[in-house]
Amino acid sequence: MNTADQYLKAIYLVEQLEDGPASTGALADRLGVSPASVNEMIGKLQERGLVEHEKYKGAEVTPEGKVLAEEALQNYCILERFLANVLDVEDYRGEARQMEPVIDDTVAERLDMIIDREPDCPDCFDVENDACTYLEGDD
Amino acid sequence: MSVTARVESDGQLARLLQVGAVLEEVVEARAHRHYRSLPEGERDERIESLLEEAAEESAAHRERIDELLDALDADPIAFEQIEALVTEQYSEADTDFDGVLYDQLNGEETAYKFYADLIEAVEASETDFSIDREPLLETLREIKAAEAEGVEAVAKLMEERA
Repeated sequence: MNTADQYLKAIYLVEQLEDGPASTGALADRLGVSPASVNEMIGKLQERGLVEHEKYKGAEVTPEGKVLAEEALQNYCILERFLANVLDVEDYRGEARQMEPVIDDTVAERLDMIIDREPDCPDCFDVENDACTYLEGDD
Repeated sequence: MSVTARVESDGQLARLLQVGAVLEEVVEARAHRHYRSLPEGERDERIESLLEEAAEESAAHRERIDELLDALDADPIAFEQIEALVTEQYSEADTDFDGVLYDQLNGEETAYKFYADLIEAVEASETDFSIDREPLLETLREIKAAEAEGVEAVAKLMEERA
């Protein structure tokens, strides 16, 4: 997944966690990058019309950004389900986060051919636990 | 987490190689399924040999990946397991000639992209893996080149049909 999509997904999820705009600090923590890197990428996403940013408040995805963020989240869910259900990986959350930057959307779509995903994916994603709701039920 | 595409441990490398093995197995299993489900009227020598070669090539790539996994002391992914999952989720809706070719093209392109990204992620890493880096990269580059040839072969057949 490319870097821009990872940021869009993070903004989208942090917005849900904070019930409002995603702050630079929260995004930097979540992505493991510096606040300066976050601001730089937010600027780029803003130029592309994918994010709105208000100083001292934070970033929010635009409707166009939301479409891409949901696609990125869906690909992330595919990865979690693939690791948990096909490869039997116990720490599927940790490994999905590690692998995410290397796994292209087309690869996720291909892996989707062998996993059983719920029709409401990715809306059922559990933001608090950063995991597919149904996988947690399997624990 | 990190937003950078970089392989940072033996464990992460092994897991990504397992993903590569699964992608090969999906191509191989779907090629077998396509071959079996293609209607009689849609069959000809060219598509039969294309599917056969695709399955053989994927099996050969899988073996090379399995050797790397073995050297990393990681488990291979059983073909039978992936074949069963492919069968479970397989839709026969797209099994006309063009649908089969498109799926093969998609499978080869995806594998090509995966190896290209994996090579970049290994090259971007400074990790000292327990297997030698150069033979690893050489294997991945050879498999990537074969995938590119596979893409060309399918694309050529599609052009001839157009």
